[in-house]
Amino acid sequence: MNVSLETRELLTALMAEYAMAIDEDRLEDWVELFAEDCDYRVVTRENVEQGLPNVLMWCDNKDMLRDRVDSYRNVNEYNLHYDRHILGPLRFISEKDGAWTFDVSYSLFQTTLEGESRLFSVGRYRIEARLEGSAARLKTVAVIADTGLVPSLLATPI
Amino acid sequence: MKPDIAWQRNDYSRVPFWLHHDEGIYALEMERIFRGPAWSYLCLEAEIPNACDFRTTWVGDTPVIVSRAKDGVIHAFVNRCSHRGAMIVRELRGNAERLVCLYHRWCYSNAGELTGLPFRKGIKGEGGMPEEFDMKAVSPQRLKVANYHGMLFGTFSDRAETIEAYLGEFGTGMVRRFLSRPIRILGYSRQRIAGNWKLYAENLRDTYHASLLHEFFVTYGVDRATQKGGVKMDARHRHNMNHAYAASDTDEDAKAAYADTAARLDRMQLRDKKLLHYKNEFPDGMNLATPTFFPNALLIQINNTIGTRQIRPKGPGAHEVFQTLFGYADDDEAMTRHRLISANLVGPAGFVSMEDGEAIEVIQKATRSSPEGCEVIEMGGRGEVRDLAHRVTETPIRGFWSYWAELMGVEPAGGIR
Repeated sequence: MNVSLETRELLTALMAEYAMAIDEDRLEDWVELFAEDCDYRVVTRENVEQGLPNVLMWCDNKDMLRDRVDSYRNVNEYNLHYDRHILGPLRFISEKDGAWTFDVSYSLFQTTLEGESRLFSVGRYRIEARLEGSAARLKTVAVIADTGLVPSLLATPI
Repeated sequence: MKPDIAWQRNDYSRVPFWLHHDEGIYALEMERIFRGPAWSYLCLEAEIPNACDFRTTWVGDTPVIVSRAKDGVIHAFVNRCSHRGAMIVRELRGNAERLVCLYHRWCYSNAGELTGLPFRKGIKGEGGMPEEFDMKAVSPQRLKVANYHGMLFGTFSDRAETIEAYLGEFGTGMVRRFLSRPIRILGYSRQRIAGNWKLYAENLRDTYHASLLHEFFVTYGVDRATQKGGVKMDARHRHNMNHAYAASDTDEDAKAAYADTAARLDRMQLRDKKLLHYKNEFPDGMNLATPTFFPNALLIQINNTIGTRQIRPKGPGAHEVFQTLFGYADDDEAMTRHRLISANLVGPAGFVSMEDGEAIEVIQKATRSSPEGCEVIEMGGRGEVRDLAHRVTETPIRGFWSYWAELMGVEPAGGIR
């Protein structure tokens, strides 16, 4: 579809910051990329293909995202690791009233504190993002993970 | 073969670490437990509602097909072609009148009988199978199937007790509690933990860790050891349940009890409290119940998230936890949504479950180099294994080991049961 260079660049930069914010452990910054009425969920391809609604993680507004991050920071224990997201190019699907829908493939590697890396998850984002002037905000992020067999556990977001 | 286990105590309050690492022990567990007289959880009846539906599962590390024949009868048999041993069904699930191996197209009925094979009589009088070849005699091994109120169990052994006797009064009551109404499958999650399957089995019998490792429970008041609750077991102490009653303690009790831990009882609040909303839907008032069935299953209720988990051993150093969440057929859209929001608590990313994977992996890592070392299992007392009306205990772990040792044929002299 026809997408202006400016829009393409803006949304590509949004996704780059999305990935880097997680990879650099700036989860609070990651949350700020979302709109207040956002919807973030992690589902698996196995469930999606069977039409089953199960979620691994579901925040249906920004406060729930803030609660997740607070809980990671203060309450939960999980495997100590670094994240590294590698994103594919944006494939644009549609646009309605300034809200763009697009897909992005991802692979997410995790590295232990002793430097051992492994492929943690591979899949696709279905994103809906709103352009407000020269700013872009995430309205919905559906992580559709091909990797349904979660290695160890899933704590920090994809 | 009888492995030489030097039990230090006959009440299983010391368990050698090497039992979580040894290939020989693992092979013997597959033979004597998973292919022995235990009943393993297969799947839910609701997953194969129609004639000719099938799905694949695992009993220990044996691949198994569960299918419903045209006459409605449910069968389970090993997913391994009689010919050369290929997996007959490679899909997770489906519906088919016959199951066909991809390699040489040998055909099986929904009951797991070999019903035909190409070129059996040869081509133009040449080749083919011997006249006396008996298809029935080589059909895949079948499991005995028990359908207890919609929860399907299977065993390879003719010596197994009835399912009612195996689950006991406690277990049968719990299955009926969870499956009292028609259910609707909400979906699956899977987690591969780099640790021995028995570490997960222990984790499920250890109510002591719940409010300490899973700090979320205490921080946000979902579950505290000060609540009314306890541990229940069957008469043989092989199954167990940790449970708690909603709103049965006071904040003052909890603050006093957790004063010497790192728990943040009143420092944090959720911004969106719907995550912890509980709509009471069981007459017994429990908001947290995890009845666990030896060797591979549990039912789970954390608030309104309900489901089953199946443990799938993957060699001595790994296992998969396969979770099936469900709601009830009469749930409206809002209730389904509520169950899914509350599903944030459980599973591989669950607020009150993610830590288990990490705890098990760090045990597996640290114990490999200590074959002479032992687990210390004394919280809640030594000696006799019995039900307790409190949750400061890990006694059911000793019950697990006593039945494990019985089936493995390795009980110590005077071993408790």
